Amino acid sequence: MRALLKKSPPWIGYLLVLMILPQFFDSILAISIFNQMAIAIVFALSYNMLLGQGGMLSFGHAVYFGLGGFLAVHALIMIEFETLYFSIVYIPLVGGFFGLLAALFIGSFSTRKAGTVFAMISLGVGELIAASSLIFVSFFGGEAGVSGDRTYGPPLFGIEFFQDIEIYYLAAAWVFIATLFMYLFTQTPAGRMANAVRDNPERAEFIGYSARWVRFISFSAAGFFAGVAGGLFALNYEFITEENLNAVTSGRVLLMAYIGGLGYFIGPIVGAIVLTLMNSLLSNYTELWMLYLGILFVLTVMFLPRGFAGFIMMHQTAWVQGKLKNLALPYLITGIPATVFSILSVTMIELSHVEEGVIHWPGVTLTQDSTVTWIFLLLATAAAFYATRRTLPQLRAAWDEANHLNEPAQESAQESGEARQS
Amino acid sequence: MTILALQNVCKNFGETKIIRNVDLDIVEGEKHAIIGPNGAGKSTLFHLISGRYPVSSGAIRFKDQEIHNKPPYEINRLGLARSFQVTNIFPRLNVFENMRCALLWSRGYGYSFWQLLGRQTDLNDEAMQMLEQIGLSDRARIPAGELAYAQQRALELGIAVASGAELIMLDEPVAGMSHSEAENAVELIRRITEGKTLVMVEHDMNIVFDVADRITVLVYGEVIATDTPENIRGNPKVQEAYLGEVAESA
Repeated sequence: MRALLKKSPPWIGYLLVLMILPQFFDSILAISIFNQMAIAIVFALSYNMLLGQGGMLSFGHAVYFGLGGFLAVHALIMIEFETLYFSIVYIPLVGGFFGLLAALFIGSFSTRKAGTVFAMISLGVGELIAASSLIFVSFFGGEAGVSGDRTYGPPLFGIEFFQDIEIYYLAAAWVFIATLFMYLFTQTPAGRMANAVRDNPERAEFIGYSARWVRFISFSAAGFFAGVAGGLFALNYEFITEENLNAVTSGRVLLMAYIGGLGYFIGPIVGAIVLTLMNSLLSNYTELWMLYLGILFVLTVMFLPRGFAGFIMMHQTAWVQGKLKNLALPYLITGIPATVFSILSVTMIELSHVEEGVIHWPGVTLTQDSTVTWIFLLLATAAAFYATRRTLPQLRAAWDEANHLNEPAQESAQESGEARQS
Repeated sequence: MTILALQNVCKNFGETKIIRNVDLDIVEGEKHAIIGPNGAGKSTLFHLISGRYPVSSGAIRFKDQEIHNKPPYEINRLGLARSFQVTNIFPRLNVFENMRCALLWSRGYGYSFWQLLGRQTDLNDEAMQMLEQIGLSDRARIPAGELAYAQQRALELGIAVASGAELIMLDEPVAGMSHSEAENAVELIRRITEGKTLVMVEHDMNIVFDVADRITVLVYGEVIATDTPENIRGNPKVQEAYLGEVAESA
């Protein structure tokens, strides 16, 4: 019981944030972004049950998201025509159920091996389902997809879900429940053995566990929660198309989990938030947002292999020792040239791309065919890069100093070890 | 009372015969060492018994059940556990989790996804006790991959014996250890295999003659002798094939 109480504050905090977010950001755009985040969080967490927790690299996780979503839309249509009679709040469960069914079937042969074999099967199955979704028009609706209407069915406590904000609270409730259950799964024998099989499938077999069964259970659970996310998608958008189960969607969820950090339970949540923000905000400002997303991904893989969450957790030791403030100045010293470098690089990319040949930014107007502008930009970028490189050693030194373990701080290193494995 | 019986076991890799017509009886409760020159097939024999490789022909019986066609996890569930020559742990899980995972199946948890591990007080206490036995209780929260080599070997042993298997097979348990580390490891092996059947492959003859009740000598995939340490020492065939060689090279 005490352990339970000790672990509950983050969950209460999570619930509170979910509940009060719309009080601070109540524009239509904000609510719509929150709804997208909610879907992305459940989807990315389910993906991490495969990759982060179970060591299964899937290129076709959108299959379970999409199939769950399609069935959910069909369920909405049935509710509309009164073939089915239940409140639409349960729609994510419909999605989850069909995501689970699909995963049970596909997992029965794809989880035999992990590694390359699993990855290739997931890719093949993903392509297969995406291709057939364009062929079986009566179910998948061809390129136009299928659409439903969430305002039918019996209202729950008088709520009829006409508005996005009502859908937000419904989605928030489901996100909370799904997150909680996915977390609890990691704390069960099956969840822990998934980590063990990820680390060393051979040894797992010599302590009594069939690696294949362990993977199959994780895979099925991941399919279920992907389906729940698909159901949330169906509720939010009231339509779904082939795009939602093809390789692009599968790729995006991989990016979310990876950028957020595979080794941490909260990693995919962070990744889902960052990518949704980039997707919905950055795309308003530039057509090149996909390029920046790609660059972000490559940089993460190269410099932050444990993702954003890993980067945050790297500061745990310094924080426990009360040395975090010692890092502020070094971060600033390296951060300023690094930021300048990023801004200048983006400026050059945008300037070379812009169609009218001119960029009007507050205070500056840059023209594409001005040699002086280009020379200035190139020199300034090179200077900023050089300055960043020059300031890195002081950051590294400060970093080492802050992480130098004082005697009693040994504990914290051990705790961070514990956090890492989950 | 025979607990493990090998009958006419052969293993070929392509044309190469690695194990040739091996017959071997392991008696319940004995400490049995398998020795032989490099490449004699000792590790292969372990892999055959524990289910990692299928046999090419012949039969292996454990507690009167045929096990030679079973996968490793089924053999393990019958009560046969093993360690590995190359450390084979769960590197990203912490030391405590390694030990707890090793206990899960034998304590009846199976593939449960409805029980929370944190609430299984008995299981957690038992995992902690095991860690104390192998001297790693103060390293419980450290990722197993970050342990020192000798500690990883101790954990390797701990994982093998945790399930409470009746037959423990150790593949070169002290390989790569310093002299004092090896002494500690032997002490540990004695303690945690007490009352159990032990089969081990080991190169260090002092340890073999110290620990074993009986010794089997394997040369080029064939058993040339199985006997008590004294008789093995005096066996001319063994001296010629194996011990003499060691004496010369030493």
